[in-house]
Amino acid sequence: MDVAGEATGTVPRVREALEGLEHVWLAPRDGLPAISVARSVLGDVLARLKQRAGFESMTFITGVDRLPAVPRFELVHQLWSLAHDDRVRVHTRLADGESAPSCVALWPGAAYMERECYDMFGITFDGHADLKRLLMPDDYGHHPLRKDFPHQGIEPDRLYREWDRNRRSHWKPRETAP
Amino acid sequence: MGSLRPVAEADGTGFVASRVDALVNWGRKNSLWPMPLGLSCCGIELMAILGPKFDLARFGAEAARFSPRQCDLLIVAGTLTWKMASACRTVYDQMPEPKWVIAMGVCSSTGGMYDSYAVVQGVDSILPVDVYVPGCPPRPDAVLDAIIKLQGKIQRERPLARILHGPSVVDVRGTGLNLYQPNATVPRSKADLHPHDPRAARRG
Repeated sequence: MDVAGEATGTVPRVREALEGLEHVWLAPRDGLPAISVARSVLGDVLARLKQRAGFESMTFITGVDRLPAVPRFELVHQLWSLAHDDRVRVHTRLADGESAPSCVALWPGAAYMERECYDMFGITFDGHADLKRLLMPDDYGHHPLRKDFPHQGIEPDRLYREWDRNRRSHWKPRETAP
Repeated sequence: MGSLRPVAEADGTGFVASRVDALVNWGRKNSLWPMPLGLSCCGIELMAILGPKFDLARFGAEAARFSPRQCDLLIVAGTLTWKMASACRTVYDQMPEPKWVIAMGVCSSTGGMYDSYAVVQGVDSILPVDVYVPGCPPRPDAVLDAIIKLQGKIQRERPLARILHGPSVVDVRGTGLNLYQPNATVPRSKADLHPHDPRAARRG
């Protein structure tokens, strides 16, 4: 198996930390050590990677919409170990409507990333205390980075229109003497 | 000032005959105070224009103020998102009249490459724009050319009509006609702005 990081010790460290948890090594083109895990063990995998393998920093959480593949979504966590100066990426496939375990308890900074992921892809996270939209309006009703969302948007100007209507309702023409 | 006609008396004194419109416009066009609304990379280019190398001061427009209350030229430099749109409109509303707008760069002119749910497809959706400057970002020369073109437009305005007749006469409400600033009409819909764009007609 040709996995990047084998020589530097990342792979044995991760393999040791994930003893007993099922995971598949991937060989991504950017050469970063990456594993694919099932949704059911994702919480355990992340906890072990932090506690046993020393990945104390969460770089990002993001989603990939692989429509029309089934399952549809791919959740990506990238972790960084400052002590070892190496990274690992964890891929999880999720069907539409399936939720993922939240990792806010492990990395508090993940709260905003999970909110963004929910906002853009509609992926929900179990155990997130305040899972609401981050960028789009609270009642937007769509998830813009999904593949089936029209890129020109659905009512893209709604925020502005509401603001503008409110502004006009307070507007009075000024009386100017000729 | 083309219509300035100096008359010399025999004793060495003299006077100048002109139109009030010409005099006021001459003053306005040569002392534009820009409000630099730098929204993205065009904002960086705008700094170069204000700097000594390209020297906007040659056209009397170097006094960039960061308060819209002190400005009469809004330069929208960069990508305007729908989240920023209300702030941009507020800045425009806060500027005292007379006021002019330059849409600098393709993003503020048409949305540019951001054909996206998040980006305003041209600031003319929310503001009246006087001069559009293409480019990504435009060369400083192009923006200087826009200032010169705007000066030409200002020269054609009729400020005295506003003073003599009041806004009710010169702003013909509902028709979009404004004799004071003939091009400063707030668009009623996107389809009015882009009559040949089928997308605009569809959105209304």
